[in-house]
Amino acid sequence: MVRCNMRCMNIAIIDENRARASIIEEGLAGIEGDIHVITGREGLLAKIEQIAPDIVLIDLGNPSRDVLEEYFAVSRALARPIAMFVDESDDDAIAASIDAGVSAYVVDGLAAGRIRPLLDLAVKRFNAFARLQADLAEAKGKLAERETIDRAKRILMDSKRITEPEAYAELRRKAMSSSRRIIDIAEAVVTAHDLLGGS
Amino acid sequence: MPTRDLVIGFLPLVDACLPILAQEHGFAEDEGLNLTFLRDVSWATVLDRLLYGHSDAAHMLAPLAIATTLGVGRPARAMAAPFVLGLNGNGITLRKDLAARVCEPGTFGDPQAVGKAMQVEVQAALAAGKRLRLGVVHRYSSHNYKLRYWLAACGIRPDEEVEIVTVAPPFVADAMAGGEIDGACVGEPWNSLCVERDVGTIVLATAQVWRRGVEKVLAMRADRLDERREETEALIRAMRRAGRHFVDPANWESNAAILARPHYVGGDERLILRAISDRPVLAHGGQPVSFPDFMFQHSEAANFPWVSQAAWLYSQMVRWDQLDYAEEASRQAAGVFRPDVYRTALKSTGDDLPGANSKVEGSVSQLMQVGAQQGSITLSENRFFDGRTFDPVDIPGYLATLD
Repeated sequence: MVRCNMRCMNIAIIDENRARASIIEEGLAGIEGDIHVITGREGLLAKIEQIAPDIVLIDLGNPSRDVLEEYFAVSRALARPIAMFVDESDDDAIAASIDAGVSAYVVDGLAAGRIRPLLDLAVKRFNAFARLQADLAEAKGKLAERETIDRAKRILMDSKRITEPEAYAELRRKAMSSSRRIIDIAEAVVTAHDLLGGS
Repeated sequence: MPTRDLVIGFLPLVDACLPILAQEHGFAEDEGLNLTFLRDVSWATVLDRLLYGHSDAAHMLAPLAIATTLGVGRPARAMAAPFVLGLNGNGITLRKDLAARVCEPGTFGDPQAVGKAMQVEVQAALAAGKRLRLGVVHRYSSHNYKLRYWLAACGIRPDEEVEIVTVAPPFVADAMAGGEIDGACVGEPWNSLCVERDVGTIVLATAQVWRRGVEKVLAMRADRLDERREETEALIRAMRRAGRHFVDPANWESNAAILARPHYVGGDERLILRAISDRPVLAHGGQPVSFPDFMFQHSEAANFPWVSQAAWLYSQMVRWDQLDYAEEASRQAAGVFRPDVYRTALKSTGDDLPGANSKVEGSVSQLMQVGAQQGSITLSENRFFDGRTFDPVDIPGYLATLD
């Protein structure tokens, strides 16, 4: 009986961010069940009705959450009521999922023991995605920093007729003597240069 | 005094203005507070962040705070609302062609007359095998309750003769343009956006349904309020000063510009200005129409959390969710509003404090001086459009007169 239920479990992932949705989908691949990913807003409720999910995972930033909750509230009068996953005995799990940025809804009567592993996986995947994004943002920031430092070096080389290593040494010296970062000095050089009408 | 931090959750709506302006104009800082803001796009997420501690307080639909306390649809969590962020400020906007048949576009209609014309439209749609679909922002919203109150009092049965659906405010204009809904009751600037995009016409302000109807509240988890009582009271004082600033015409333009910043409400500051100056443009290309009580954020102790207002919201929850009236639930619902906190926050500031915590709602038809604990309060007309009054002492009796 339980085995059949496991196989029949329908999981819906609603996320307008396609990349994140596929990362979560991939993370849940080990779970026995059918995974359905919905990324668009259009016809959302009709799709949910068709899938008849046992579990719905939706990101906290999704503008359709209120519409979805309204649908669940109405569905309580129907044969397959969906409740919000806020079984208070598992409040830590919910807190972790909210921290990760995902909320979950489950069909009434689904055993907590079957929800927990799935939710844990989803949380891990959400956190992994957030880390990826942070890494990407950091990498982009580093790239931008390097470009600014290169520009500052060129400005110094042109205006003071010095070599590249000398220009860099100058930036570094100024940074050390004023206890600031090299990038801050470079930004100041570039800004001053722009303000004074340089190109 | 060390600075204390409070995190405030909100949805991009003009009536999130008071905490935002309290921070921007330094009123929070004067109270030793630093407010940071968490902007979300669904009430479900604003609520989750409150319940799981991402935020300390939030701009929240008053009925949602009550439903959460009562455990309607989810396990109960005790909420507290020590400050009403404003009264009304919402509009009822209809598809252009429908609006043209029920009122004179560009003017606020009479709610009785518009309702009567609306009933004809509802019946015509039913005869053609359709139900008009009207959007509200949430099941547990004053928008839902005021729309239903108006329809029902005009002889239209909300769940049978029209369909009321949830639409997130930023998508109301899209939904109307796409024919998904025939109208909506929503806050600003989203009615004005429908007008601007020429997809809808504003026909009524919710202030016409109930002249002094409670709208958003500052909501907190009740235990969080206990833990952070001092900061909460400081926030209340800062928001009262922000309200004084907000209603001064000299500040309308600068405040509209602040609210229009993308990390706050965002969007077009001209549309925000229409709402905060109580001069909405009702039909595309039209002139602004002055409606002095369109938004009501400060005067007449507007921020005081009257427990009778919470009780009215509970009465509507019973009415439309078909709950059984229960004395205990009624007491809990009324207890979400916390005039005691409001009073201690403003005691000795000289600000107006009413003498009572509860009143018969809708009973004031002309200027009326009311008893005050401090200051001087004159209430102006606060009627429901159908002339009914709500006495919080007898909710079952009130409900029996409805339907």
